[in-house]
Amino acid sequence: MRLRVRYFAWLRERVGAPQEEVETEAATVGDLVEELRAQDEAHALAFADMRAVRVAVDEELTDLAAPLAGVREVAFFPPMTGG
Amino acid sequence: MAVRVQREDFDLGAELAALRAGRSDIGALVSFSGLVRDAGGIETMELEHYPGMTEKALAAIEAEARARWPLADCLIVHRYGRLSPGEQIMMVATASAHREAAFAAAEFLMDYLKSRAPFWKKEAGAEGARWVEAQAADEAALARWRD
Repeated sequence: MRLRVRYFAWLRERVGAPQEEVETEAATVGDLVEELRAQDEAHALAFADMRAVRVAVDEELTDLAAPLAGVREVAFFPPMTGG
Repeated sequence: MAVRVQREDFDLGAELAALRAGRSDIGALVSFSGLVRDAGGIETMELEHYPGMTEKALAAIEAEARARWPLADCLIVHRYGRLSPGEQIMMVATASAHREAAFAAAEFLMDYLKSRAPFWKKEAGAEGARWVEAQAADEAALARWRD
């Protein structure tokens, strides 16, 4: 399946791009992270410490166990600091 | 009820006046505004957000507040882009018949907005730039609303 992956804040800086289109058979967000991490050093650095990474699937906060079937967009970002 | 995410500044007084205009059922109007604070050598603060998700997350937080307290109205305005110390970052306003609901709802909105709305702050100054880190206290603040 084809997915849009988006990055914000320091994840965007580490990956070096705000978004990318990926072709994947990953079943869950966690599987997708493993695939991205194996891609290159920039992705490996971005996903080095998953305790500092939050994830949204189709604009809803979720976690690494979330399934990807039918999903269009996955976003990775650090803990939020609004207000 | 409204949620706005915008680059431009807002007029707190005008927003509050609009909220109560033409109404006589509001006995309490509480507002909070967050400002860029210079915590030592900060020249700019860059606020990044996730367009689309931001509006959804804020609307969900607002709906939750309205389900918990009898609010006559409610407003969240949050800016993004490059700000300087002293500038307004965001505001919440809650209107109710009595002050207890208005105060509690405003605190609830702020607590949830800080950790659940997709905004990130980057401070820059003479010593370089750094992403503001989330505080454990921000997450802990949510616990008091979970009963």
